Amino acid sequence: MTHPNDPPPGMVERRGLGLWVSHIIMILGVLIVFFPIWLAFVASTVTQADIVSPPMPLWPGDQFYNNYREALLSGVNVPVATMLLNSLIMAIGIAVGKIIISLLSAFAIVYFRFPGKMIFFWLIFLTLMLPVEVRIVPTYEVIAGFGMLNSYGGLILPLIASATATFLFRQFYMTVPDELAEAARVDGASPMRFFWDILFPMSRTNIAALFVILFIYGWNQYLWPLLITTDPKMNTIVMGIKQMFPSGDDWANWPVILATSILAMIPPIIVVISMQKLFIRGLVDSEK
Amino acid sequence: MEKRVTFKGWLLPLCLIAPQVLVSAIFFFYPAGQAIWQSLFIPDPFGLSMQYVGLGNFEYLLSDPYYRTSFLTTAVFSLLVTLCSMVPALFLAVVADRLIKGAGVYRTMLIWPYAVAPAIAGVLWLFMFNTRVGVVSWYLGQLGYDWNHVLNGSEAMGLVVVASAWGRISYNFLFFFAALQAIPKSVIEAAAIDGARFWKRFWTIVLPLLSPTTFFLLVVNIVYAFFETFGVIHTITSGGPQQSTTILVYKVFSDGFVGQDLGSSAAQSVILLVVVGALTIFQFKFIERRVHY
Repeated sequence: MTHPNDPPPGMVERRGLGLWVSHIIMILGVLIVFFPIWLAFVASTVTQADIVSPPMPLWPGDQFYNNYREALLSGVNVPVATMLLNSLIMAIGIAVGKIIISLLSAFAIVYFRFPGKMIFFWLIFLTLMLPVEVRIVPTYEVIAGFGMLNSYGGLILPLIASATATFLFRQFYMTVPDELAEAARVDGASPMRFFWDILFPMSRTNIAALFVILFIYGWNQYLWPLLITTDPKMNTIVMGIKQMFPSGDDWANWPVILATSILAMIPPIIVVISMQKLFIRGLVDSEK
Repeated sequence: MEKRVTFKGWLLPLCLIAPQVLVSAIFFFYPAGQAIWQSLFIPDPFGLSMQYVGLGNFEYLLSDPYYRTSFLTTAVFSLLVTLCSMVPALFLAVVADRLIKGAGVYRTMLIWPYAVAPAIAGVLWLFMFNTRVGVVSWYLGQLGYDWNHVLNGSEAMGLVVVASAWGRISYNFLFFFAALQAIPKSVIEAAAIDGARFWKRFWTIVLPLLSPTTFFLLVVNIVYAFFETFGVIHTITSGGPQQSTTILVYKVFSDGFVGQDLGSSAAQSVILLVVVGALTIFQFKFIERRVHY
């Protein structure tokens, strides 16, 4: 991260007492940011009795196995294992679906001239502007009209209608040297051959980075699954948690609810931490 | 726009672009068109027929005190979320940037909340401030402060702001940290040699160099607060108490799905559509041109 021509370190970086102060500030920052997750984890390892007589303990208890088993196998309305599977299918469906349609459409836009191209380009561009939250009622009616309520198709399809990925791939294709397409043409390779043998392998890093971002986007969806999954068996974990709270004045089953929250966080956290470099790259690329 | 070298044919590219165009048409343009169309009608009480009212829904909305309040609530909420997520992130990034060792470790630790869905963040913060079992509200009670976001509107607002800003600190930190690392150290060293102290360097060199990142994050965070915080509001307050946390997106949902007032909900969608459009154009045109080093 340092520049090659930089003078040796030491002049503007902190040393001595200042260095310690900086580290202490960072550690405090991390602890504060981390505290809500820690507390949820602790609550998922104690009994309901420990929680309903505040203050609850701040160190994990011995109920980890019981609470997580109860959450995964029976949950409140539906076993959390089912919700986890639904979330996984939805997140992967959105990520893969969006990547496929945008790889292809960006290829068409960059490497061909065809009638109506500019119109299509602007039509796709317009979809950048409108998050699903804004058009929920009519989109809901479309899905209901197709009989796609409580289906994976209904969960996935409306959320892949956005142009960010198309623009990312278009940007990337523009940087691919013209000579490659030229050579493919001279050799008599078909456009699809060029796409599969040259363009697709070259896009692998971009695809991976985008996958990380889209997986988290899909996994963390809330409003859309809330509207179209009326059957608890189709609930995703992120929206299902709210359904676990009792209506009225009953006590919520906090240990199980918080065990479910922890389970809901684990997949995206694993993806972000294990693919940190790709994640940051995807984040910066997709926002440019 | 396109390559110097292109392939021949028009059928193949049309087939390639067809999936995206179809998905956009069915799930994007048709619903958006429907929203505009429906915003011009009022359904009768039995939902059997629609009566054309022109811009009546819009006129009604703009004179509706609840809707105006919701606009104000959204403005306050977005501003607070943006502020509460950018200031701590910038502070932490500046501190981390001055460390030679360990900055990477702190970054890894700070990324976590980004992966947590807004709705889950809502559950975590609700748990901490729950009026019956919450740890933080209990300790506040020991200090003599009676926390009750179920009844107190400003406390409810504070809670949804903090829960929404929490995950964004990670996001903003990543961008600020990357931008800080990209500033050549020699520039800072030069100022240091000229005798500029840390704060002087920060205000006169670092902050101006960060301005493109800052403005970019400003717009992105406002858009986030407008549209992606639905989960936080729904899990913590459901828009209450007395609609004190009903932001515009939440109102589209509650009027359209809970209240079944389709005409009004569609008109609200159209207004939001204009807001997003304006923000997007603002981001593309204004910010990219105006903010330079």
